[in-house]
Amino acid sequence: MAEEVKLFRTWSSPFALRVVWALQLKGIQYETVLEDVAKKSDVLRGYNPVYKKVPVLLHNGRPISESLIILEYVDETWKQHSLLPQDPHARAMARFWAKFGDDKVMQSIWTAFVSEGKEQEAALAEASEHLQKLEEELRGKKFFGGDNIGYLDIALGWLANLVRVFEEISGLRVLDGERFPLLFAWLKEFSDAPVIRDCWPSHDKLITKFIALRQLHGAQSSST
Amino acid sequence: MIGEIETLSKSSGGDGRAEEGGDEQFARQDGALKTFKELNKKPTHHRFGLGRTEGIVLISWGFMEGVKLLGTWPSPFSYRVIWALKLKGVKFEYVEEDLGNKSDELLRCNPVHKKIPVLIHGGRPVAESTVILEYIEESWPQNPLLPQDPYDKSVARFWIRFIEDKTPVFFRFCHSTGEQQEEAIREAKKVLKTIEEHALREEDKFFAGDKIGLQDLVFGWLAWLLQALEEVVGVKLLEASEYPRLHRWVQNFRAHDVIRSDLPEHNAMLAYFKRIRETFISSSTSAV
Repeated sequence: MAEEVKLFRTWSSPFALRVVWALQLKGIQYETVLEDVAKKSDVLRGYNPVYKKVPVLLHNGRPISESLIILEYVDETWKQHSLLPQDPHARAMARFWAKFGDDKVMQSIWTAFVSEGKEQEAALAEASEHLQKLEEELRGKKFFGGDNIGYLDIALGWLANLVRVFEEISGLRVLDGERFPLLFAWLKEFSDAPVIRDCWPSHDKLITKFIALRQLHGAQSSST
Repeated sequence: MIGEIETLSKSSGGDGRAEEGGDEQFARQDGALKTFKELNKKPTHHRFGLGRTEGIVLISWGFMEGVKLLGTWPSPFSYRVIWALKLKGVKFEYVEEDLGNKSDELLRCNPVHKKIPVLIHGGRPVAESTVILEYIEESWPQNPLLPQDPYDKSVARFWIRFIEDKTPVFFRFCHSTGEQQEEAIREAKKVLKTIEEHALREEDKFFAGDKIGLQDLVFGWLAWLLQALEEVVGVKLLEASEYPRLHRWVQNFRAHDVIRSDLPEHNAMLAYFKRIRETFISSSTSAV
């Protein structure tokens, strides 16, 4: 019986990219449905009525939302190329750091990118502290998952392209090889890995998009 | 063999910290397993509130297999882990942390966030309550608290993520006044409406069916903590007429044997959240 696997995504969403990587690493055939963030389809809204966001994975008609939850679903449904380790404590660590990546690392880097002055300085300092913790997690490992790309590499993968985009636009130094040699090396290993490297969205398009987002954010905060 | 000790009331000196086992030798005193350090110093006291009854802490034999939970009253993040362990029948040692004077053990076991709860199993710590819950589910497969089917599991996880995402709205409801509070009330009611319409089915006793699960434990604070917040603020959010399914779930949750034997005492919570609200309000007005 042919399985129906559809991924609702946008061209740039780093969250949707996580699911793309997982599906590609496992060699799963799927159909992409490209959504426009400014004009989301009724179909997407029907499949994710609570958040109305991408990514949504549709598997045999049943929708799954939230990228990290989708990763776990994909790992439990298709057993080849395991993303999460078997040991419960190792799984807990992977989940802990993925949460840390979203809640703390992403938040602080984003704030540093869109803010100015003292607020930006504080956010940058916070981001550096968080990155230092990730740096320590990589000690003795090629990937966060060990020898192979795993769940945590995929969860943190956004660092490998978005940080460069933010640095280029803002002139900030966020993740450099001097302060974070292991992370810096990991960025390259991850970016260049087969499957991963074929999926990156266009760098130039990302630059344009985030310049606009930054301006919008600046305009919104100066008008309050 | 398992030793039992009775907990006593917490001293105001904040010496409610439990000693770590570590490499220290164990010995028995009055049938209880204690370290030499404990035997040689003043008894440490901590209350594990169980409403009208005193808490009993079980210390398991053999440090390496031991399960210890660092938590704090009346944290909903702490309670959900206590309930999960009890539902699984896992014996554990509970340590009540003083958040104003965090123990070395807590700081060592959760250096990233320095927060409770932390579960320490066989000497290895796990932090973040939802991560701990999944760890408990995977380490002790008896009495499953998550559905077996990957899709149903993803639905439970989705709602767990949802309520975690929205919890700050309810604390804002407690901490704020005026327009800020009006905004928090509106947002909180939207959250309740979403749960009512999308998360609960008419025919189900609990979120995933007839049996209590992780999703219920994570939503649990809506069944005991929210009521204290409502009373402190003087605004009712969860009206039975507006949210009949949610209201029924609250009754079912509170009636569950394991939950009701371990609910923070209502009046104590009122006093606690009243103090918190007053602190927040006076600090925000003095900052103006």
